[in-house]
Amino acid sequence: MILKRSLAIVVAAMVVAGCGTESETSDGKQIINIGHVGPLTGPISHLGKDNERGAGLAVDEANELDLVIDGVPIQFRLLSEDDEANPQKATVVAQKLVDSNIVGVVGHLNSGTTIPASTIYFNSGIPQVSPSATAITYTHQDYQTAHRVMANDEQQGKVLGDYAVKTLGAMGIAIIDDRSAYGKGLADEFESAIKDAGGKILTREFTDITKTDFTAILTKIKGLNPDLIFYGGMDSQAGPMMKQIKNLGLTSLFLAGDGVQTTQFMVLAGAEGEGAYASSPGLPLDQMAGGKEFREKFKQIYREDIQLYAPYAYDATFVMINAMMRANSTDPAIYLPFLRNTDFPGVTGRIRFDERGDLRGGSISLYQVVEGKWQYVETIGGAD
Amino acid sequence: MDIFAQQVLNGLVLGSVYALVALGYTMVYGILGLINFAHGEVVMIGAMIALAVVSALLSVFPEMSPFLMIALAGTAAILVCMSLAFFIERLAYRPLRNAPRLAPLITAIGISILLQNIAMIIWGRKYKTVPQIFPTETFELFGANITSVQIFIITISALLMAGLLVIVHFTKLGRAMRATSESQRVAGLMGINVNKIISVTFMIGAGLAAVAGILIAGNYSVAHYSMGFMLGLKAFTAAVLGGIGNLGGAVLGGLLLGLIESIGAGYIGDLTGGFLGSHYQDVFAFVVLIVVLVFRPTGIMGERVSERA
Repeated sequence: MILKRSLAIVVAAMVVAGCGTESETSDGKQIINIGHVGPLTGPISHLGKDNERGAGLAVDEANELDLVIDGVPIQFRLLSEDDEANPQKATVVAQKLVDSNIVGVVGHLNSGTTIPASTIYFNSGIPQVSPSATAITYTHQDYQTAHRVMANDEQQGKVLGDYAVKTLGAMGIAIIDDRSAYGKGLADEFESAIKDAGGKILTREFTDITKTDFTAILTKIKGLNPDLIFYGGMDSQAGPMMKQIKNLGLTSLFLAGDGVQTTQFMVLAGAEGEGAYASSPGLPLDQMAGGKEFREKFKQIYREDIQLYAPYAYDATFVMINAMMRANSTDPAIYLPFLRNTDFPGVTGRIRFDERGDLRGGSISLYQVVEGKWQYVETIGGAD
Repeated sequence: MDIFAQQVLNGLVLGSVYALVALGYTMVYGILGLINFAHGEVVMIGAMIALAVVSALLSVFPEMSPFLMIALAGTAAILVCMSLAFFIERLAYRPLRNAPRLAPLITAIGISILLQNIAMIIWGRKYKTVPQIFPTETFELFGANITSVQIFIITISALLMAGLLVIVHFTKLGRAMRATSESQRVAGLMGINVNKIISVTFMIGAGLAAVAGILIAGNYSVAHYSMGFMLGLKAFTAAVLGGIGNLGGAVLGGLLLGLIESIGAGYIGDLTGGFLGSHYQDVFAFVVLIVVLVFRPTGIMGERVSERA
């Protein structure tokens, strides 16, 4: 008797414990797994967590709608993994997600992790939407599975080049890059945009992410007297560089990409950061179609403000769910063509993909440091 | 012309710091024949401690005179680095003094990684900003721009290097150091406490490293847990270039390396018709090192190896 009862308890416990891995919820809905990957530990873990929250918010909202796909009630579940912003780890967790029967993945956050992982998703036929990887290579590998909801470095470099020559009136231009995939890629696109716009490249100099002394290359640049110095790289180098530019008595304008449009840049550059220009893909949050509402909602749930890319992760998730709805299937092979044909009014703006999976008409916003703060200048592109 | 003057000046500023750090390498090598690869990390710890002290003082006594503040921060950094060097020598090198030469080299690398990780745990991974407690003023010198911080760097480095040479060549302690470098056993027989002299040598090197750390952090306004690694490697190169074990050689090697890097980065593109760019800055410096070592395997001032301190 006692044996029977304890057996019953064990069986009951197994049923309850089994729910987490079952493919159905207790109320009979089919569970559909969507993957998310970003750096959840390490120096940019705050950005990874932010993306995870954005995607999580989208999944929760979709579940509240009691969606039915192909006659079956659906419950989405977000499987979130940490890639530590490390390309090797990225491929490991990508494989893990593929093996966990995900139907799509939102991520990764960095270009360096998104590119190697994209091969694994492509080989397994899993649709991928990255909220924030901007390196050109990602969508230029002819992977039908690769998409992104943010303007890429090609678009950003082009806008920056046009802006430097046409708006800022800079003719003689010096370029520095940090030899990273991101920095070099952006600087290359900027250089070709300058040439197209009729500007002149006076010199192209290089540094790397271990350096804090740029006086030698800046002195050489000073001798060429450029109207503008462009830096393809991150805030950690741009901050000290800006100081050295001012200390050497250079009066050239300073322009950089989204790696520099951060508060960390202003902290490092201090008073010398004044007047620097930098771009960032997309609109400022307050000007996004649903930006204000999204921020309110986000703050209410997570009791913290948005860091950076959460709205993009939110849109990336909804774009994927939307494609499943239109395809009336959660089978990756069936809904993938529908994903490519997306036309979705997202929080960050209208989302449509071109034949490579890049965001069509992605907009780029420009900012300038005024009195120690990044001030919004204008948005270029977008509404096409 | 003023561009050339500016490059020479950039090189001298960079070179004085290399020289200060190189002295620490060369002193230890002169006495123990050991390459203390943890030396670069001592520089980083010096910068971090000084930064922590300045930040704390700024928040508690915002009205304090900047000179007093930097003096306090400097003293704290030097003391911490000296005790750190004392313990590193005691724990990682002394037990291995009679071991094969490879063993202390491995513990040196181990200590270097350990210190980096401790610093990362304490101060985090981000680049830290150094508050500007002195207003930066820029002066013109032979058509080149020089900031007050850079003048400070060159002056302090020159004074410290001169002071060290005086200690080594004209004091009783210096004589004991030179005797120990000749032969530890014989020096011991002459009544010199060899263990104490070795500890003191490590501590003097660490004191110089702490100052170098403060100067670098002040000049570039950033400090980072990995800042010591590349710097240590460059200073080691400078010591080898000048002739490792030779104090004058370390100073010369440091200044030369600074000048080569800065002039190399500035002119390599023009000299090679754009074939090589400024990313060959480090390559250029190491090519010079190789060429020097091919013709003078003991370094530029290496012939005076018997006089090493």
